[in-house]
Amino acid sequence: MSERTKVEVTLAVNGRSYRVRVEPRRTLADTLRDDCGLTGTHLGCEHGVCGACTILADGQPVRACLMFAVQCEGMELRTVEDLADGDRLHPIQQAFWENHGLQCGFCTPGFLMLSAGYLEQNPDPDEDELRAVLSSNLCRCTGYQNILKSVRQAAEVMRG
Amino acid sequence: MAPGYYTPALMKPAPFDYHQARSVSEAVAHLGEYGYEAKVLAGGQSLVPAMNFRLARPAVLVDINPLDELDYLDEDGDTLRIGAMVRHVTFEQPVTKGPTGRLLAMAAHHVGHLPIRIRGTFGGSLAHADPAAEWCVIALLLDAELSTRSLSGGRDIPAAGFFQTVFTTALEPEELLVEARLPKLSQHTRVGFQQFSRRAGDFALTMAAVALESDDGRVGNARIALGGVSDRPLRAPEAEQALEGQVATEESFRAAAEIAALEIDAIGDIHGSADYRRDLVRALTRRALEQAIAA
Repeated sequence: MSERTKVEVTLAVNGRSYRVRVEPRRTLADTLRDDCGLTGTHLGCEHGVCGACTILADGQPVRACLMFAVQCEGMELRTVEDLADGDRLHPIQQAFWENHGLQCGFCTPGFLMLSAGYLEQNPDPDEDELRAVLSSNLCRCTGYQNILKSVRQAAEVMRG
Repeated sequence: MAPGYYTPALMKPAPFDYHQARSVSEAVAHLGEYGYEAKVLAGGQSLVPAMNFRLARPAVLVDINPLDELDYLDEDGDTLRIGAMVRHVTFEQPVTKGPTGRLLAMAAHHVGHLPIRIRGTFGGSLAHADPAAEWCVIALLLDAELSTRSLSGGRDIPAAGFFQTVFTTALEPEELLVEARLPKLSQHTRVGFQQFSRRAGDFALTMAAVALESDDGRVGNARIALGGVSDRPLRAPEAEQALEGQVATEESFRAAAEIAALEIDAIGDIHGSADYRRDLVRALTRRALEQAIAA
């Protein structure tokens, strides 16, 4: 197989424009971390199961390990770096803090972005649906109860 | 570009040439040119994991995500036309009135998890042909017709002849699946969908989808489709026949489920033996029938 040439891609991440040169096989997750320097997005399984790499693409939660950077030109991407406003935590982050919604923290960026994308479209989720949505990602520390509690509280705060 | 960040030389997928199709004809031209070398990239929720494991190593990817012309739902008389690029999440709310929309919504909730449903597509799922994929079972249940395009034109393939074995369909390498046409169920059809998986969102060990025509307590046309149990989705024709003309009762459902369990050619694997899957067929078929009549 011949050596592949890199292509130039412009990504809009967190309201900023990143111009990167990547091989087409470079996943969006690797590109965010290694080419854009946005290491808040974590990589766990790299095959779409664990959800640690969940980010928002045009407002919707997606697995960044299952997309290629070359596909993402023109999309509005949001990563965990965009949640806090300086030192002021986003209500979801604040709720995770207050409810012990994380322990080791590895899965947290994925849960935060999953919850952010979901709550923006469903500000008042019912319990069953919230459980189904949060089952999208894996957490091996918390047992999920505190994550549920955190997202419930965040939903309340965000509704105002 | 942020200079100074470590850029590892290794990447998960093997190298490929990337073509972003801007029209169906352009996609089809690429497929015609590269044939077996090429893979179509739709939602990528099955293909990209396989590539990340290097189980799939296509030399060329033809990305059809920009093709809005394949992202449509149309009601054409008694037919629901589904463009290949309609995402799974679209079906969570009924896309058409009556039992067809209800059945699609029942199945949609079982497709992966929310982020997977947001990217994954109806057409991609059919073309991938996982034996435990919900849409393949639904397509078979509803006698869907699948349309392809290629440089030499296109053809319509009935679902019954489309799914051949694991990850293998009647599609030729130069063909693009563009549309699924679902004949809509009559208004008095009752539908049920049941599946069993170890964890929510996993591929099911077995699933059963049923559609019963019944308006007076007696079953007219009956359809049963099963997934995850064999190398492709299957209908259970003997069980369907046994139900027709019967009064819808617990006993008639139990008997039909028993027939389905016996007539099915179940396959065992690391997740469950053939006998275990047969048990699941028995239980899930009965539950799906009861669910249909209860609704």
